[in-house]
Amino acid sequence: MSTLPLDMQVLNAIAALFLLLAFAMLSQRRVVTLVKLLALQAALLCAATVLLAWRTGETHLYVSALLTLLLKVLFLPWLLNRLIRQLGVYWDSEPLLQIPGTMLVGLLLVIFSFGLAQPIVALASTATRSGIGIAIAVVLLSFLTMITRRKAMSQVVGFLSMENGLFFGAMSATYGMPMIVELGVALDVLVAMLVLGVFFFQIRERFDSLDLHHLESLREDQ
Amino acid sequence: MSGFSWLIQVIEVLVALLAAPLFAGWIAQCRAVLQNRTPPSIWLPYRNIRKLLAKEAVLAEHASPLFRIAPYIVFGTMICAAAIVPSLSTNLPFSNAADAIALVGLLATARVFMALAAMDVGTAFGTLGARREMMVGFLAEPALLIVIFVASLISQSTALPTIADRLATEAFALYPSLAFTAVAFALVLLAENARLPVDNPATHLELTMIHEAMLLEYSARHLALMEWSAALKLFNYACIGMALFVPWGAATTEMPTAPALILAIPVLALKLLVSGAVLAVAETAFAKLRVFRVPELLATAFLLAVLGLLVHLLLQG
Amino acid sequence: MNAAPAPMLLLVSLLGLWVVIGFLGLLRPTSLKLVAHGLFPLGAAVGVAIATTAALSIASPVEQWVLGVGLPDLPVHLRRDALASVFLFLLGAASAGISLFGAGYFRRGEGTLPGLLCLQYHLFLASMGAVLLADDAYSFMVAWESMALTSYFLVTTQHRIPEIRQAGFLYVLIAHLGAIAILLSFGVMQGGSWQFTFDAMRAAELPPSWASAAFLLALLGFGAKAGLVPMHVWLPEAHPAAPSPVSALMSGVMLKTAVYGVLRVTFDLLDDPLWWWGLVAMALGLFSALYGVVFAAAQTDMKRLLAFSSIENVGLLFTGFGLALIFQSAGMNAPAALALIAVLYHAVNHAFMKGLLFVGTGAVLHATGQRNLGCLGGLIHRMPWVAWPTLIGALAIAGLPPLNGFVSEWLLLQAFLSAHEVPRLFLNMLLPLGTAVVALAAALAGYVMVKFFGVVFLGQPREAALKDAHDAGWRERAGMIWLAAGCVLFGLLPNQAISLLARVPVELGLLEPGATFGSWWLLDPVAGRQASYAPLVFLAIVLLCVVATIFVVTRIYRRRVRRGAPWDCGFARLDPRMQDTAEGFGQPIRHIFEPFFGMRRELPRPTDPAPHYRVEVSDRIWNGVYVPAAALVQHLALSVAQLQQGRISTYLVYSLVTLLVLLGFVL
Repeated sequence: MSTLPLDMQVLNAIAALFLLLAFAMLSQRRVVTLVKLLALQAALLCAATVLLAWRTGETHLYVSALLTLLLKVLFLPWLLNRLIRQLGVYWDSEPLLQIPGTMLVGLLLVIFSFGLAQPIVALASTATRSGIGIAIAVVLLSFLTMITRRKAMSQVVGFLSMENGLFFGAMSATYGMPMIVELGVALDVLVAMLVLGVFFFQIRERFDSLDLHHLESLREDQ
Repeated sequence: MSGFSWLIQVIEVLVALLAAPLFAGWIAQCRAVLQNRTPPSIWLPYRNIRKLLAKEAVLAEHASPLFRIAPYIVFGTMICAAAIVPSLSTNLPFSNAADAIALVGLLATARVFMALAAMDVGTAFGTLGARREMMVGFLAEPALLIVIFVASLISQSTALPTIADRLATEAFALYPSLAFTAVAFALVLLAENARLPVDNPATHLELTMIHEAMLLEYSARHLALMEWSAALKLFNYACIGMALFVPWGAATTEMPTAPALILAIPVLALKLLVSGAVLAVAETAFAKLRVFRVPELLATAFLLAVLGLLVHLLLQG
Repeated sequence: MNAAPAPMLLLVSLLGLWVVIGFLGLLRPTSLKLVAHGLFPLGAAVGVAIATTAALSIASPVEQWVLGVGLPDLPVHLRRDALASVFLFLLGAASAGISLFGAGYFRRGEGTLPGLLCLQYHLFLASMGAVLLADDAYSFMVAWESMALTSYFLVTTQHRIPEIRQAGFLYVLIAHLGAIAILLSFGVMQGGSWQFTFDAMRAAELPPSWASAAFLLALLGFGAKAGLVPMHVWLPEAHPAAPSPVSALMSGVMLKTAVYGVLRVTFDLLDDPLWWWGLVAMALGLFSALYGVVFAAAQTDMKRLLAFSSIENVGLLFTGFGLALIFQSAGMNAPAALALIAVLYHAVNHAFMKGLLFVGTGAVLHATGQRNLGCLGGLIHRMPWVAWPTLIGALAIAGLPPLNGFVSEWLLLQAFLSAHEVPRLFLNMLLPLGTAVVALAAALAGYVMVKFFGVVFLGQPREAALKDAHDAGWRERAGMIWLAAGCVLFGLLPNQAISLLARVPVELGLLEPGATFGSWWLLDPVAGRQASYAPLVFLAIVLLCVVATIFVVTRIYRRRVRRGAPWDCGFARLDPRMQDTAEGFGQPIRHIFEPFFGMRRELPRPTDPAPHYRVEVSDRIWNGVYVPAAALVQHLALSVAQLQQGRISTYLVYSLVTLLVLLGFVL
């Protein structure tokens, strides 16, 4: 039976919810819901950072939490929703692999990540080290989401989710990254989103659709 | 295993028998209110059962003895299941003879006999219902087993009252694995008890029926027993859910005296009221799924349960 | 308990009695009466005697014999220990019921003469017994091969039908591929001492790579005989082709001798298992279990359905075996003992359950002449003596309490509950996944059994000729009741059975001699975990509830029953053809598990005046592995056949070249 203190239990619960959200994103077909799930994921990340900051007393974690809140919970989802409205993509088409098959592959990835994390957990020294396995799992699941999608918007959501997972992993393993790194990554993500937004309009102009398999026709014809 | 605990056992079975139609009536009332209809009386299931029991039974010409005995077997197994599931108290001596895996086996026995009886009459509807019921069952049963497994790993036992007892008396702890399995259990409950979004219990269209199609041939006392069994099954599932996920309030082995038992009754009533209302909300919020989306839903439940197992092994193992 | 003074002597003489009974059949080869009324019941009695002797002598000390016959430097060694006794019990008890059924089953004019059939049948039984008692590689292989040969002749009893001959050929081909693997495994295990007795193999110290090679070869060889995927392709052909008592014997007993072989080699002859051996066995077992049951759900021939169900159960046996190996390699002896007991229990259970189902289909086949599920139905009215015992068998295989299938499944799940304590990295997470697959296979088995029993016995007859179906004779009834009683008894008295089976892990060193599993009526196998099951109490309470319900309802509400037409939704012309067919019942499984099947569909066009719908479900492993392999062998054989030029001068050139080469080498 569990003997951890209450805040550690809450952190574990947040980690489990984080994983559940990654799975939910794997099976969602509506793009609007995907963006909402992404915002929720970022909110959980923010909550976990605040809790960890309260527990360890490291002030830079509070700043990091604020940054996550502003950027990933508020600004990016707003930007994505605006793009969705302008481009008119609300639904994703049938994924490459059927949903039960995708979930099965996702489950195997989770087992792989958890197994991989076990020796790391034994070596690490932070209090939240059991979250490392979950972070690796979320990264791999987001990668799988990106692979099995056909619309560009869903792939971007998968990419951002992967980034959330990496942040969670950094938080669990080493109580966050140095401030410079965090600011740099946040700026990179912002610029990437703006550039991608421009790209989407270009793709839609060229192909009249955001279905990525049209990009295959760009190769040289033998 | 004193005489007092046998008395508690019998009281619990009687409470289950008597309260199950009431629970079904409460859910029907909630659904009606949510759908902006005048709610039926909460005693309507009792009146239905009494009316049916008094009627003359009509059997199909070529129904075999299996068809005649099936309602009694189904009802008997549901009563036995009620004896294993802790609703009022966790001090149930019968659970030493049959643990949670045997409980799943009991529910499977009831399902198999219902399906066989439906196939017995040899019409298109009965066999269609039997086929669909087995399709729902073969995915729901492993999901339920894995949910029980997770709870067993946490509490080092496979007897359901012991699981409830240990979860209730230990210090409060958040178990993320139990959260996953709670979602999986909720989906299994909806599927196994023929609730929306899997099956509409009030439908009259034979082609969309799963559970009702198996009951088409029954009449009078056989139909009364089958309806009562269905209500008992829902009651049992609700109590299993409460025992695994919300076990506080039942009389545990730390306080087996009569006052604790008397206190457990209003707690049980409150839990059933809330769970019935939540079930009605869930039924009203979701539309009925196409038949071949149901295995996808159940596969999701199965995978969630396995995920809960893995999360338990990582975070608490 | 030492009841018989020399159990080995008794067992060997009883096996010899089977051989004698077989040869007695040759005295009057065409006489059915002698064979059916005399020899087969005698064989059944011998089976009961063997089962009793084996059960009573399980706890006796190990006996070893060396006979005078055999090879000059390798006489025949025999050995009776707990593992052999358990499987001898299985052989005797299951074959008793099947022989009794066979006494009433075999009719004239079906290919082989009755006397010859009697010889083949009893030699089959005797060779299986010899496999279980053999203690050196030579006698083991002789017994193994005679088992394969006699069963080949039994499978091709109706040898005038070409499909049956083809099925027999496939069977004997894969049996021999397996036998080669077993022989090679024995060759590796002798470890340089060139002594082929099992004692020498027990004493040999093999380096891990050679031990792994021996294990894998044994797994391949015994797996081929047991029907493990991917060596299973002969099972769905041979079992339907054979007469039903023979199918029952093959499915119920012969597959278990293969399981015996793999248990003997791994737990007895090889020391220290490596951790990945169990993983390989379990992976193959889990895949077979799922594969078998999914294919069983899609079948339209009732004996093929049961054959695939046997593949599923063999998969479950190998899963438990793999689990026991993993536990043993991790040093967890008590869970390993539990898993081993679960495997042995399931083997005994399956012999009774599958034997019962196969003889039931035999009775149906005799009465109706139909194996196709689409031409059966409603037989419970015409053949109640066959239907009700078959129902017990079907419920037992579906794993419903309080019958025996549930007990072995319960034990296996309890063993899996200890799996998370295995100290190896990925294993403690993969093993619980195995639990999920076992639960899925068990639930699907329930689906398959509802399909089997419902389509064959329930509903309305799909063909008009079915109303002339006759019920089984008294011998067939006796055989079926014997097997059904076995199912019920092993379900209600698990502790008694386990107290016998537990001798096996004790002898293998996995369990303390005095370990108990609860009291006589309560099964409580794991210390430290609150998990118990009392089938007698369970049955009593269920019966009490059912009888009380019947009593109360019929007393208070006394109403007669009126018969009427079934509900037809206003469509007055419902006929029996509108019931669910076997294909229809299997359609959800075909839809959900589509990647498993190789399906070819011919669908009608919307404008077709005579619409025609055809689906062919085939085994991907057959198409992907065996057909190309056969083509390759054919190709190689044809290219080697180029050497046969037919001209004398070419042959003389071959001889000259050989002579030159040899002279060059020697000088």
